[in-house]
Amino acid sequence: MEAFLSRYRNLSVLLALVVGQLLLLAYQVRTNQDVRLIRVWFVSAVTPLAQLMEGTRSNTTGFVSTWLMLHDVQRENERLKQENGKLKIENNYLRTELAVAERAKALAIFQKTSPSKTVAARIIGTGTGINARTVYVDRGTRDGVERGMAAILPDGIVGKVVSSFPTASLVMLATEPSFAASVVSQKSRMHGMARGRGSAMLVVDNLSNLQKVEEGEWFFTTGEDRIFPRGMPVGPAHLIQEGNVVREVQVRPVALHQGLEEVLIVVEGVHGEIPGPDEPPSTEVSLLPPPPKTGTDDQTSTENSLAPGTEADQAIQKYKKLGEQQNFVFGTTMGRSLDANKAPPAPKPEAVKPAEAPKAEEQKPPSPPPTPPVKQ
Amino acid sequence: MNEFDDHLTPAMTSRTRESRFRIVWVILVPLAAILFQVYLPRFMETLSYLELPLLTTVYFALMRRQPVAGGLIGASIGLVQDALSQHPLGLFGIVKTLVGYFSASVSQRFDVQNHGLRFILSFFFFVFHQFFFWLLSRALLGYTIDFNASQTMIFAFLNAVVAVPLFVVLDKLKEEGR
Repeated sequence: MEAFLSRYRNLSVLLALVVGQLLLLAYQVRTNQDVRLIRVWFVSAVTPLAQLMEGTRSNTTGFVSTWLMLHDVQRENERLKQENGKLKIENNYLRTELAVAERAKALAIFQKTSPSKTVAARIIGTGTGINARTVYVDRGTRDGVERGMAAILPDGIVGKVVSSFPTASLVMLATEPSFAASVVSQKSRMHGMARGRGSAMLVVDNLSNLQKVEEGEWFFTTGEDRIFPRGMPVGPAHLIQEGNVVREVQVRPVALHQGLEEVLIVVEGVHGEIPGPDEPPSTEVSLLPPPPKTGTDDQTSTENSLAPGTEADQAIQKYKKLGEQQNFVFGTTMGRSLDANKAPPAPKPEAVKPAEAPKAEEQKPPSPPPTPPVKQ
Repeated sequence: MNEFDDHLTPAMTSRTRESRFRIVWVILVPLAAILFQVYLPRFMETLSYLELPLLTTVYFALMRRQPVAGGLIGASIGLVQDALSQHPLGLFGIVKTLVGYFSASVSQRFDVQNHGLRFILSFFFFVFHQFFFWLLSRALLGYTIDFNASQTMIFAFLNAVVAVPLFVVLDKLKEEGR
């Protein structure tokens, strides 16, 4: 037996192992009972390790996730900072755009309500030279802008066009030394010439000492220079220097004291009225007063004065009136024409062209309609 | 001893030389393998196909080159596995005893350092293990479980793929100079 076991030792051990386990199995199956002790041993041996692994895992995972989260938070923070910066820039940009839009709206309202025909132009550059008080605008002869035309804003005069090119024009600002405009004071109605001096102020010289000018009194254009329509605000008297015979008044050009971005070029000016002594000048949207009364026909005059400011509108109203007076129905009366000579002439606003206007009008192409002042 | 024996002996010695491990590794590695099987599929279900206790049984049995030792290693690992399973004790024990025994027997005939052979043996013993487990479950316990041959083949292949690098790592635990 011993010899057999030593010869077949391996097989014997295998058989012993297998049979032993088979018996263990058979016992469990037969008694329907578990060998609890063995299980308890192994489970007790293995589960602490599993707990250790789980603890390590959860702590490691927690640490890693916290670290990753913090890392993400840091990155998120950087991203948010960048986004915040971008939003600030965007906000500033939008505020600027809003201001531009508001200015453009004011210009549009002014353009719509002004009797003068204007073209909105954006300033695209300045003239060369250190003390250049000239600016380039993006409207030229193609838009009907010609040399000698006035550049204005609702706040007041800006300057005049000194050169006109197909796509741009050079505007001399009112503060340029060679600039001059005929002005009148609001209260004392003193006439004078407002000249640029190369500084921020305009100077109205040759004013008689006999008449009084108050500080803060507004000056308006008279239209006598045939550049600026009558009644455009220039600015208030800032400093009055008395001389022996004449006095000199420094006027602050209000339109130039704000950042210039757009101007209106007056392509066809209509004279307005100079506000009365007690009428406060508006620094916002400037509405030209109705055209002056001629006195012959009160009704017509009143209606005309309330009529829209353009010549075309006034002409339409005039012919409507004539038609009513002569029982002439436009478009239906055959063989008879309206006698325009019989009717008293309706008060017609005085259209003023710049200095070269009559000559230029013959060569000038039809002016394009005013375009919105803001272009992107 | 003639000239032929002089040439043959070193090769034969190298091929049949048993490897020894510190007892701590022999206990810890199978334990870690069982823990891996118990613990990891909780988080990575795809790893549940890995039969690491079987692979460690095969490895230690191959390296020991002693069928008795292989059988004992297999029986131990199998019983621990049984203790942590829902089956009666002995099912995994018997199967792994057979695997350990035959692995050690095979290692006496072949160069088990060869990666290709390790791959084939791992593949073969996985199929053997699954088949005998299914057989014993049906025969001894009356379980009505099916033997999915194609799935077993795929899992055998995947386990063999894992076995080759795993055995290389476990080779580092061998004691030097023996």
